[in-house]
Amino acid sequence: MAEAKPNDAHGAQDATRRDFIFIAAGSAGAVGAAATIWPFVAQMNPAADTRAMSTTEVDLSAIVLGQQIKVMWQGKPVFVRHRTPAEIAAAQRDDYATLKDPQHDAERIAQENGEAGKPEWLILQANCTHLGCVPTFVEGSSFGGWFCPCHGSDYDTSGRIRRGPAPTNLPPAPYLFVNDTTIRIG
Amino acid sequence: MSGPSTYEPKSGLTRWLDKRLPIIRLAHDSFVAYPTPRNLNYWWTFGAMLSLCLVVQIVSGIVLAMHYIPHVDHAFASVQRIDRDVPYGWLIQNIHSVGASMFFLAVYIHMFRGLYYGSYKAPREVLWILGCIIYALMVVTGFLGYTLPWGQMSFWGATVITNILGAVPFIGESIQVWIRGGGSIDQPTLNRFFSLHYLLPFVIAGVVALHVWALHESGQNNPTGVEVKSKADTVAFTPYATAKDLFATTLFLILFATFVFYMPNALGHADNYIPANPLQTPPEIVPEWYLLPFYAVLRAIDFNIGPIDSKLGGVIAMFASIGVLFVLPWLDTSKVRSMRYRPIARQFFLIFVVVCLALGWCGGQNPGKILLPATFSATLNWVEGGQVATQAIEAPGESQFDETAAATRASLTQGGAAMVMIQRLNATDASVTSVSGGAAQSRTVTAATQDELEAEIQHLKDEVGARTPFFSVARNIPFTFTVTTFSQILTLYYFLFFLVILPILGLRETPGRVPDTIAKPVTA
Repeated sequence: MAEAKPNDAHGAQDATRRDFIFIAAGSAGAVGAAATIWPFVAQMNPAADTRAMSTTEVDLSAIVLGQQIKVMWQGKPVFVRHRTPAEIAAAQRDDYATLKDPQHDAERIAQENGEAGKPEWLILQANCTHLGCVPTFVEGSSFGGWFCPCHGSDYDTSGRIRRGPAPTNLPPAPYLFVNDTTIRIG
Repeated sequence: MSGPSTYEPKSGLTRWLDKRLPIIRLAHDSFVAYPTPRNLNYWWTFGAMLSLCLVVQIVSGIVLAMHYIPHVDHAFASVQRIDRDVPYGWLIQNIHSVGASMFFLAVYIHMFRGLYYGSYKAPREVLWILGCIIYALMVVTGFLGYTLPWGQMSFWGATVITNILGAVPFIGESIQVWIRGGGSIDQPTLNRFFSLHYLLPFVIAGVVALHVWALHESGQNNPTGVEVKSKADTVAFTPYATAKDLFATTLFLILFATFVFYMPNALGHADNYIPANPLQTPPEIVPEWYLLPFYAVLRAIDFNIGPIDSKLGGVIAMFASIGVLFVLPWLDTSKVRSMRYRPIARQFFLIFVVVCLALGWCGGQNPGKILLPATFSATLNWVEGGQVATQAIEAPGESQFDETAAATRASLTQGGAAMVMIQRLNATDASVTSVSGGAAQSRTVTAATQDELEAEIQHLKDEVGARTPFFSVARNIPFTFTVTTFSQILTLYYFLFFLVILPILGLRETPGRVPDTIAKPVTA
C-alpha cells in the first residue's frame, strides 16, 4: 500500500491485514469460480444412462462356424467371430511371424478376468486403430483376416495388424463367458 | 486515424439522441466519413462479403433450427423434410450448406490478401490475430455443422476427427469421451454439436466486432503497404468503398446463387445422402473441401518422430499449420509490407498459394495412390519333379528355435536339398519340407502396385500348382511416390515458408522502390 510507511507500525499492520484480505477474498473467489465452472464442464461426460448401456450379452449358439456377427457395445461395433480350425491354425502359426505389434493369439482371446478363452471365439473391437473405420472380413485376403477400406490396413485371423498404416492390433473387447454359449461384453 | 468526428445531427430528434446514445455518430464515423486509402483494389472487398456471409448463415441457420431435430433417429429425416416438405425449405437449406462453402472461399481469399500485402505487420498484429481466431472458430463451426445432417460422411467425419483428439498423450482418451459424451459418436454427441453449432456463430460475430474495431483503430492497409500520411491519400468510405464493396458483393452473390440454384450438391459429398450407419464405413472418408489441405497435412505425417508416434505427429502438424498463422507477425522480418515491392518474396508467395491448393487436392485423394509409375517385381524360385521329404523338428526351448532351424537348414542343404522350407508351428515345433534333385525353375513377375504384384505371384503359383511343393519368393518393393509423399513435400514447404523463408528473406532481400505516399503514384 502506497500510504503505508515502514516505520509507522500502525500503518504497516494495516497494510498487511489489507493484503491478507485481498488474497483471501481473491482465493475464495477463484475457488468459487472453479467450483461453479466444474459442473458445466463435467456435464459433458457420459451420463448415467449412457454408462449403464456399457455391457452387451451375445448368444453364441446362433453363430455358425466361420461366421461373424457385429454387435454394438457402448455404441461401438464389436466383431464376434466363430473361427474355423484353419483360421485358428493360421493365427497360432503367425504368433512367430514378424509382427508390427507382437502379441500371441492366446493373449488375444483371453477373457477379461485373465482366464483363457476358447480359440474358436475371437471378440474384437471393430474400429481400425488408424482412424476408426470398420474393417471388413475378406476371405482370401493377404493375411486371411480383415481389411480396412479407408486406408488399406490388413489384419490377420487374430486381428493383428500386418500391413498398412494402423499402429496397433484391433484391441480385444473385454468379455466373459457367462455360460458355454453366452458371453457378456464389458 | 479517423480524427475528430465530422457528424452533425440535422434534426431535433437526432440531436436529442446524439446526447444520449451517439449511435448514428458511430455509424457515420465508421461507414460514411471513415477515410479509406484511395488505392484499395478489389482484393479489399472480401471483408464486406464475409460480413454478409455471416449474416446469411445466422439467418438461414436460425430458420433451419426451427425444423431440424437433433436426434439420431430423426436428424437425417428432418433435413430431408426441410428439403422436400417445408415451404422454401429447399432454398434455405441450400443457402446454408452452399453458404458455408462460400464463406470459406471468401475467407481464404481474404487471408491470402492479408498475406500478400503484409496486412499482419505492425501496427496490425492484433487485427490479424483476431482474424485468425475468427477463422479457427469458423473451422470448428463448419465441422460441427457438417455433423448435423447425420449422413455417412457426417458420422464418420466426426468419428475420425474425435479419434484424432485421442492421440493426445495421457489425457487424449478422456478428452475424446468428454467431447463425445460416451464411448462413440451417438445421441449425446449430436445433441451437443447442435447446441455448439448454434452458439459459435454469435461468438464469431463478437470477434468480428473486435476485428472491425481493431481495423478502425489502426486503419486499413493498402496495396502499397505505405501508411496514410495526409488527406490526399484517402477518400471517404461512402460512396467510394461502399460502391466498390457492393459491386464486388453482387458478383459474389451471382456465384453464390449459381451454386444454390443450379448445383447445390456440387460442393458436398454424395455419401452424406446415406443415413449414418455405425456398422458400415464408407469407402473413403473426406472432410468438406475447405478443410482438405489440413486433412492432407494430418495424413502426411505417417512416420514416427522420436517418441511422437505418427498419429500424434499428424495432429501436431495439423494444429501447427493453423497455429503458425497466429505468430506470423513476428516471423516475417521484412520492413516492407507489400509483396508488390518484394520481388523474391512474391515468387515464394505464389508457390505457397499453389502448395495450399495442391494440399487440398492431396486431402481428397487416397493417400496410398501412386503418382509416379513404379515397377514392383518378385522373383519366384521353385523346383519341379524333385524328391520331397518332410520331417518335424523340435527346438529344446523357445529361444533356441532360430539356431535349431538354421542348423536343420544347413544340414539339409549339405545333404543335397535344393530348397528347404521351415514352417514354425508353435514356440518350439516346426515342420520342415525339403526338396532335392529335380529341375530348378525361376521366374520374375512385375506389376505397377503391390496388390497387383501379389495377384501376379498368386497367378504364377496357381499356374505351377502341384508340380512343386513350395516356392521361395523374393519381393523387390521399390520406393513409390504416392499422394502421401507429395503431401509430405507440400507440408514441408508450407512450414518452411513461414518458419524459414519469411524470417530469412526479410533480412536479406533487396526490396524494390516503395513510393513515399499512397497518393504519389496516382496523382503524379
